[in-house]
Amino acid sequence: MKNIFKISYLTILLLATTHQVKAEEKVELLKTDWSFKGLFGTFDRGSLQRGYQVYTEVCASCHSMKYLSYRNLSEKGGPEFSIEQAKAIAASFEVTDGPNEDGEMFQRPGKLSDKFVMPYGNVKEAQAANGGAYPPDMSVLAKARSGGVDYIYSVLLGYEDPPSGVTLDDGVYYNKYMYGNNIKMSQPLYDGSVEYSGGTEATKEQMAKDVTTFLMWTAEPHLEARHKMGFKAILYLIILTILVYFSMKKIWSRIESEV
Amino acid sequence: MSDHEYVPKSKFGKWFNDRLPLLSLGNHLADYPTPKNLNYWWTFGGILTFCLIIQIVTGLTLAMHYIAHADFAFESVEHIMRDVNYGWLIRYIHSNGASMFFLAVYIHIFRSLFYGSYKSPREIIWIIGIIIYLLMMAAAFMGYVLPWGQMSFWGATVITNLFSAIPFVGEGIVQWLWGGYSVGNPTLTRFFTLHYLIPFLILGLVALHIWALHVPGNNNPIGIDVKKPSRDTVPFHPYIVIKDGFALLMFMIVFAFFVFYSPNILGHADNYIEANPMVTPAHIVPEWYLLPFYAILRSIPDKLMGVVAMLSAILILAALPWLDTSKIRSAVFRPLYKQFYWILVADVIILGYVGAMPAEGLYLLIARVTTAYYFIHFLMILPILGFKEKTLPVPLSITEPVLGSHPNQSTVKKKENLN
Amino acid sequence: MSEKKTERREFLFTASYAVGAVGVGAVIWPLVDQMNPDASVKALASTEVDVSSVELGKAITVLWRGKPVFIKRRTPEEIVEARAVKMEDLKDPQKDEDRAKDPEWLVMLGVCTHLGCVPLNDKGDYNGWFCPCHGSHYDTSGRIRKGPAPTNMEIPKYEFVNSNTIIIG
Repeated sequence: MKNIFKISYLTILLLATTHQVKAEEKVELLKTDWSFKGLFGTFDRGSLQRGYQVYTEVCASCHSMKYLSYRNLSEKGGPEFSIEQAKAIAASFEVTDGPNEDGEMFQRPGKLSDKFVMPYGNVKEAQAANGGAYPPDMSVLAKARSGGVDYIYSVLLGYEDPPSGVTLDDGVYYNKYMYGNNIKMSQPLYDGSVEYSGGTEATKEQMAKDVTTFLMWTAEPHLEARHKMGFKAILYLIILTILVYFSMKKIWSRIESEV
Repeated sequence: MSDHEYVPKSKFGKWFNDRLPLLSLGNHLADYPTPKNLNYWWTFGGILTFCLIIQIVTGLTLAMHYIAHADFAFESVEHIMRDVNYGWLIRYIHSNGASMFFLAVYIHIFRSLFYGSYKSPREIIWIIGIIIYLLMMAAAFMGYVLPWGQMSFWGATVITNLFSAIPFVGEGIVQWLWGGYSVGNPTLTRFFTLHYLIPFLILGLVALHIWALHVPGNNNPIGIDVKKPSRDTVPFHPYIVIKDGFALLMFMIVFAFFVFYSPNILGHADNYIEANPMVTPAHIVPEWYLLPFYAILRSIPDKLMGVVAMLSAILILAALPWLDTSKIRSAVFRPLYKQFYWILVADVIILGYVGAMPAEGLYLLIARVTTAYYFIHFLMILPILGFKEKTLPVPLSITEPVLGSHPNQSTVKKKENLN
Repeated sequence: MSEKKTERREFLFTASYAVGAVGVGAVIWPLVDQMNPDASVKALASTEVDVSSVELGKAITVLWRGKPVFIKRRTPEEIVEARAVKMEDLKDPQKDEDRAKDPEWLVMLGVCTHLGCVPLNDKGDYNGWFCPCHGSHYDTSGRIRKGPAPTNMEIPKYEFVNSNTIIIG
């Protein structure tokens, strides 16, 4: 009878995955080994910290991250910068605050409680600066694309010359993995785009992996806590199920019928 | 509930019970004679009660942080996911809880279909169940709108536009539903209000569902009437309680797996993009539990008829006790019905599958065939089967097949009883 | 049924109940804890205030954790008055020296300790604050002198970053 559960689980899983797979392009996405996948998956701190660097130095000039605050950078389960580092990072940004006594807005260095500074004041401004395309907010991007992290990783590395016969408008680029293959973002990562401290070589692939890992964390900041709690919860449920199973056997043994 | 007299032992208990017979009710529930051959398919009633409670409790806590406003809804959900203590856990339980709720309700419904639980004298239980199911769909749909993502917005647009199919007044009704000329902030706030209200309506109906159940008592895998209490029954507590508890725990393991390890697999990536009235996502599909009906809607090329077909597909279930003309309840003794039952199960699963696929080419053809079959099953096969089918001998009591007495004779008696 | 069997059965039931109870407890905690201040609220725990424009004898009110904080620049007379009070006369004895690190600046939570109203500045029988809700009188050090409030107005954690800026919290 446990099959009931197994079958039903597999059925929904199948239904869920079929239409997800379907929604993807036929192109096979690039795969890499993500440390956060699996039952015990955790983030690679180094990768998250490097990913933050790539985000700030490359992506942040166009892409906002409006649901993140600087304090998140030092929180458990994230890049885990020290409080001092996070404070320094926050202070390196100019934040608009106010109004002050004179009713004017003013600039001040960022604090931990501030949200990430946005590159543009509003959507229209962002569109105007990017040829009409709005660079999407990156806070939950990794959950907002089917294919998730693999898709983002693939798009970052999927820039190619257009196949013969394909002509592209000005400001449009060819990307093997992007839906419709047309992307308005020029290739963001080249080998050595950023300079990593600590000896990691800043190859295209490395940066793509780091920044995608970072995006997974921004989309799912409690992923590690979730995995940890899940393991405990399921282990607990299994133990209780076993106890209840034997209790049930005992109770039903009072009458001659089988369970 | 007056089938036996219960007197509380303590003086205070008696005093209280004379004024409000809660203890009598508790005693009635605990001692309730239940067929002892109920299998695990019967545990889903309890599991569904659990689901409802989980949804209400997590929903109440989410409502403490959620902001029902088009400008803040998406942000407030992110706030819950990021900052609220255990907010991510509560939200994932709630969102996956909806799927688990439907999973359980489908098993519950199909159990009823297999064992003929909808038949006399349980028609009212069945119809209340259908109403609960309709309310569940309404609640789930409106709940899905609340995060105000792209799927929320466009799902709401598409579903509310179904009403525009109604001749003459359709447009007016749709605008009335929206509170504007499109899905917008007024729509969101009213959906939130109704999403909050409906679970409590369901709770009330569940009480009626159980009350109605306790008049004739449970059906059972053999589908015969059981004298209660008798050798065929066991008291609800502890026998059924522990069995339900065990099944519930198994169910919770599956539930936990979704919540902790694939919390977004049953949702759509697009719903993590904030609602944008200017851009429709490339591929709009409802949540998995609505897919079969979505397939029926799309299989019919006419707008009005599509909506009518979709609604009929659900409402036809309410007429089921009268469409099924067979006197025998359980499919165990109906060899032909059993075959058709499994074909129907496959039919609904295929409908669900094509509901997730684009409505074109082969998929559309399959959708049309399966839609037609769905209605043929209920409108033609079931009524005819009752007259044509040669049923197997039905035992006289639950203990009988175990003891192995004369089944033929009992079948005769059974038929007489029913007539 | 043998005694041993009964024992084992009872152990099994007790264990099931106990383990089940632990689970229920573990589930209830998140539901309770979600009502506690969340991470974004906790992060706003400190406020920076520019006090350069506050004139002698005047007070400003700023918001900290959703509550008003009075920042008063006291005149020498007010300081003398606050420091001259005998401890025996106080309901909640506390030296002014302990309340105002820099005697010129009194920084305190502008919340009456009775039932949480905001007292009025420069009112009452002691030239300090007066709470209009239930008539509590506070002196120039914010100490309770008359009325139903049980304690002095609270002094939050604060410090001068420089002569013009105070960080509260």
